[in-house]
Amino acid sequence: MVKSAYSFATKKEKIENHIIVVWVDNESGVLARVVGLFSGRGYNIDSLAVAEVDKKKNISRITISTSGTPQVLEQIKLQLGKLIPVHKVANFPANKKTLLREMALIKIVSAKTQLVKAKKLCKKYKYTVIDSTKKSYVFEVSALKKDIDQLLKKLQPLGLASVSRTGVVAMTKGSETFK
Amino acid sequence: MTGAEIVFKVLEDQNVRHIFGYPGGAVLPIYDELKNHKKIQHILVRHEQGAGHAAEGYARSSGKPGVLLVTSGPGATNAVTALTDAYMDSIPLVCITGQVPTHLIGTDAFQECDTTGITRPCTKHNWLVKDVNKLSSIMHKAFEVATTGRPGPVLVDIPKDIQFAKGKYIKPKEKNNGNVNIKFNSNDNDINSVLELIKKSSKPIFYTGGGVINSGPKATEFLRELVSLTGFPITSTLQGLGAYPGNDPQFLGMLGMHGTYEANNAMHDCDLMINIGARFDDRITGKIDEFSPKSKKIHIDIDPSSINKNVKVDLAVVGDVKIVLEKVVSAIKKKDPNFANSNKQNIAAWWDLIETWRKKNSLGYKNSNEVIKPQFAVQRLYELTKAQDTFITTEVGQHQMWAAQHYKFNKPNRWMTSGGLGTMGYGLPAAIGVQVANPDKLVIDIAGEASVLMTMQEMSTATQYNLPIKIFILNNQWMGMVRQWQELLHEQNYSESYTAALPDFVKLAEAYGCVGIRANKPAELDSKIAEMLAVNKPVIFDCVVDKVENCYPMIPSGKPHNQMLLGSQDEEEKISDEGKVLV
Repeated sequence: MVKSAYSFATKKEKIENHIIVVWVDNESGVLARVVGLFSGRGYNIDSLAVAEVDKKKNISRITISTSGTPQVLEQIKLQLGKLIPVHKVANFPANKKTLLREMALIKIVSAKTQLVKAKKLCKKYKYTVIDSTKKSYVFEVSALKKDIDQLLKKLQPLGLASVSRTGVVAMTKGSETFK
Repeated sequence: MTGAEIVFKVLEDQNVRHIFGYPGGAVLPIYDELKNHKKIQHILVRHEQGAGHAAEGYARSSGKPGVLLVTSGPGATNAVTALTDAYMDSIPLVCITGQVPTHLIGTDAFQECDTTGITRPCTKHNWLVKDVNKLSSIMHKAFEVATTGRPGPVLVDIPKDIQFAKGKYIKPKEKNNGNVNIKFNSNDNDINSVLELIKKSSKPIFYTGGGVINSGPKATEFLRELVSLTGFPITSTLQGLGAYPGNDPQFLGMLGMHGTYEANNAMHDCDLMINIGARFDDRITGKIDEFSPKSKKIHIDIDPSSINKNVKVDLAVVGDVKIVLEKVVSAIKKKDPNFANSNKQNIAAWWDLIETWRKKNSLGYKNSNEVIKPQFAVQRLYELTKAQDTFITTEVGQHQMWAAQHYKFNKPNRWMTSGGLGTMGYGLPAAIGVQVANPDKLVIDIAGEASVLMTMQEMSTATQYNLPIKIFILNNQWMGMVRQWQELLHEQNYSESYTAALPDFVKLAEAYGCVGIRANKPAELDSKIAEMLAVNKPVIFDCVVDKVENCYPMIPSGKPHNQMLLGSQDEEEKISDEGKVLV
């Protein structure tokens, strides 16, 4: 006999990666409500991006990268929908059907030759040098998460000193918007 | 108008007649204003948790939201258990807390705590009021959130300076009639699909829950009509008891971990399950992978997040139970008014099977002339009180299950128990709230001696307001359910589940200014209960019962519905069916 008051599920379901976008009233405590719902119910947050998107209507857009079974992903959406300051919730699959971007600020500190190499590596991606000295560069790179991961790996031996990443933001393709 | 005046203006406009509370530094301006509002009676509790449970009892027995008023810091944290309890069982509460003045927030001021932070996960929503001009609209919104959709607790945290500040009162918007948020979010095709499934089924069952009660008396009426129109069997969760008459032949009794053999087997073997306002809780489903494997499942619920949360269903109808049931009932009446008769043959074999399960008499037990069996005590209490309109509350544990099994409810809102959170100490303060809402009715807390000691201090409240609640303690000196689990699952290692040094409950009653009665023998039980009922004062009834009786039937942990324990094997061999007392 299982020595617990609870039964354990024995079926395993496939875990999927999804982007949950939540439009909320920009008021104090709202982010805590959203994030608290995730931690309280044991959902994952892989990354989080939030900012006000409509000043007039006082709306913020929260983009959460998460993973779970289809049943859990549906629960996340429905539970978020119950929060009072939440206006709408979208659930985008984290694949080619969705436009996804993450931005990173990358600081390289090293000798001239290394800096040049670093710059070359960045060329593969959309990048800007937003600060440069004789000893350092700060790149701004906007790309998919996995590309930034790759780039950082390659930059590691070239004097990667500091990284700041935004977390992914997402949007539907084409003329459609999420109603 | 000051903030404190606005608070009362809102309460008056929301037709609040009673509030449960406890004063303290950060709510003094509101308490100061109390004297000017004679229409609102304040019930002074002895602990803020008691205020919360009393408000819950009030709400569940009256259908109106319960209101509590407590101070900042410990006042708020003490209320957290009750708020969580109300959140789990979907009970509408409005909790007003005082807070330190705005300029002191965040400074670790005296009796400061992050009330909205602490209560965020246990309320539907909460507000910290930082502007007195927003106070009235926030409070009206609080009542709306608490009472609409799936009901639940809300909290409004009001800093002391806001209570003093002058501001504008804004009247509530158009009065809301019931559930404005979600009435019916499915379409009429779904109703037709429900009908189709009902027609096709040969092994149907209704599985109903607290959502029927929360939806109001109309929902109960439609449910009864639907059950009669279909001739289908019906079972209920712990929270749904009373929505359908407990003594009706179509009622299979409660289901779940301590539900009846017939209800659980019918759930397991059915080909159509119609869940009305229940949430597939783990105490109901048992082993989830083997839960009702052969059935089509319909789920009617007001909360879309309840759908497919624990159990995947074939058809979801999102809406207020009373509205959905009204549609289903009228559709059957219109299309096939004689359905119950014409379909009788179709489900006859199913009913026969159910009757064979029923014959097991799973609620039976071996009675005794020497010692009071707890089941017998509940049965006698039921027999001696069923002629009156009786309200029952409980604590949590074995006594709660025995009450659910052996007390038969015929009306909704008569049964108040902590189901989701399982809060020991719920029943006594809840009884106070029930009695406040129903002053002339008989209110009994069927209690365990361990639970009731957790909120015993509220007897003082009962005495103060002449609330003649009856605390009927099934006293076995053990935390009975803990002891039972230790016996069955932990090799009889009774770790810390025995309560040595219990108080003398008769003397304790007298100390509180109540009446104490003790029953030791089965023969004296009836006369002692009669004595209790004759007293128009609060009573503590110390019913000394068998110390080692276990609560059966039981679905052991991790097992599906069709693998119930009917009694300890030992007992099974010894006791013949005739020997078991018929229920």
